[in-house]
Amino acid sequence: MGFLIVVIILIVFAVLMIVSMYNSLIKLRNQVKNAWSQIDVQLKRRHDLIPNLIETVKGYMTHERETLQNITNARSQAMNATGVADKAKAEGELSGAMSKFFLVVENYPDLKANQNFLALQEELTSTENKISFSRQSYNDQVLFYNNKIQMFPSNILAGMFNFTQEQFFQVEDKADREVPKVSFQ
Amino acid sequence: MWELIQANRRKSMILFVTMGIALVLLGFLVGSYFIPNGGGFFGIIIALFIWFVLSLISYFSGSSILLSISKAQEVTPEVHQQLFNVVEEMQIAANLPKMPKVYIINEAAPNAFATGIKPENSAITVTAGLLSRLNRDELQGVIAHEMSHIVNRDILLMTFAGIMLGSIVLISEVFLRGLWFSSGTSGRYKSSSSSNSSGQGQMIIMVIAIIFAILAPILAQLLYFAISRKREYLADANGARLTRYPEGLASALEKISSSDLDLKVANKVTAPMYIVNPLKKKGMKLADLTSTHPRTSERIKILRSMSGGANYLNYQEAFSLVKGKGSRIIPPSGLKDNSNIQIKQPSAEQPGIDKVKAKRSLGDIMMTVNKYAFITCACGLKMKVPPDYKQPEIVCPKCGRKNHVPFEDIAAIASAAKGINV
Repeated sequence: MGFLIVVIILIVFAVLMIVSMYNSLIKLRNQVKNAWSQIDVQLKRRHDLIPNLIETVKGYMTHERETLQNITNARSQAMNATGVADKAKAEGELSGAMSKFFLVVENYPDLKANQNFLALQEELTSTENKISFSRQSYNDQVLFYNNKIQMFPSNILAGMFNFTQEQFFQVEDKADREVPKVSFQ
Repeated sequence: MWELIQANRRKSMILFVTMGIALVLLGFLVGSYFIPNGGGFFGIIIALFIWFVLSLISYFSGSSILLSISKAQEVTPEVHQQLFNVVEEMQIAANLPKMPKVYIINEAAPNAFATGIKPENSAITVTAGLLSRLNRDELQGVIAHEMSHIVNRDILLMTFAGIMLGSIVLISEVFLRGLWFSSGTSGRYKSSSSSNSSGQGQMIIMVIAIIFAILAPILAQLLYFAISRKREYLADANGARLTRYPEGLASALEKISSSDLDLKVANKVTAPMYIVNPLKKKGMKLADLTSTHPRTSERIKILRSMSGGANYLNYQEAFSLVKGKGSRIIPPSGLKDNSNIQIKQPSAEQPGIDKVKAKRSLGDIMMTVNKYAFITCACGLKMKVPPDYKQPEIVCPKCGRKNHVPFEDIAAIASAAKGINV
């Protein structure tokens, strides 16, 4: 009799453990999704702002057709990209094209005095910042979630219910590439 | 980040209990001085009642009282788009669930503060002078510092500490003054009513009560100042971490502290809230121990000595570099922070802000906050129309053209923006 009670208690305990583990996995996956939608909002915002920007500067920058064309191309590629890794790559290229463009702007004092352009520049700078800040929090969430999936005992449950690893949003950055590599030879 | 909030909560509890004991003790001593038999408990009840009422008032209307004392006005994004953008960026960086409200004080002295006991209904206030002087990176540094106060629950901690301090000061003040005026009569009453031995006990209680009533406010105040200084360092550390650019905050602090303008709306009670002590002339001469803020030059030096990254560990290293080996500021849990946060490059745009430009933009910001309309005439003249101008059209003083006054449009935009925010 006493043995039976112990067994029942153990079973109830195990079931409760599994339920809470499953719920925490679901919660983490939703947090990752939520963090991703935060980035997505900002990416869309940037895509919407770029045509306005091109329209505003076209009249001033007649000699910079190539720079503007680069931005337009990078934008359409970024808009067509699917999946986290592809998006990250395309958006990284768009960021690169934008920063090149803002360097070129330095040569056009008339443009820098245009109120409309200044407002657009502020919006784009802010959107760029928001992308990088929300990227940070997305990657933090992904790291947390992936760790949970790989670690015992939650990895068993993750395998049973098809929790797959999420990808990091990594933008290829010049600064990232310059990090010295350590070799063990 | 989370560990820091936890540490802060623990500290709030310790502070709460320590100051609470001091308050109860003070109430007991004062009570038993005035009413020798069983007055101690009466004193405790009165002390707790004062504390309770003050807490209730500040809990339910704390930020609105502070904001109205400081003459802060809530503004919509149209007034200063960049400010709103920067606040939103920092909200994302700090993972705050809701955007804080944004207030502007129409004064030329640069400064800023954050209010709100809960992060969900917090507010960030800046002065018009701050907006006109700082560039984007510096503004971001200041907002990140304020956002850290909100996220770290510093406002809750400082409010509780402030209320305790206030109650203790109030009770000892009343007691000491009461003593001064009533010493003659109560002395006579006691000597006739009590026996010899309890009279001696009464004497002892009286001496202890007087000493305690003098010491308690001073000690509580020193404790309060020490906590306030520590919170400022921690908010700097967190601000640098959020922006990944310590130089922005450092150069903002430099600009704020180099201003010799006085912030008229600040007083002794609200001074600890600000990012840099607004009561400069008084603050400078006081010793370090009795100051609500660390020396700004030191804060700047620490931020500028941060190298290799912008996490808590980097700040701690810079802190011990400036303040001497062994001095700690970040709690041990924060030092486990090994996240690789590289210091970012300054933003590309940054037209230099010279004095003339700053003055002009200060005027523009103040007028926008006061709901002036800006009309640019076809001849290029910019007209500033006060909000009580009633005619639908205005004649340009330079070329004589008639211009439409868009007050209805502004009102429509403002109400639309309000509808979205709610």
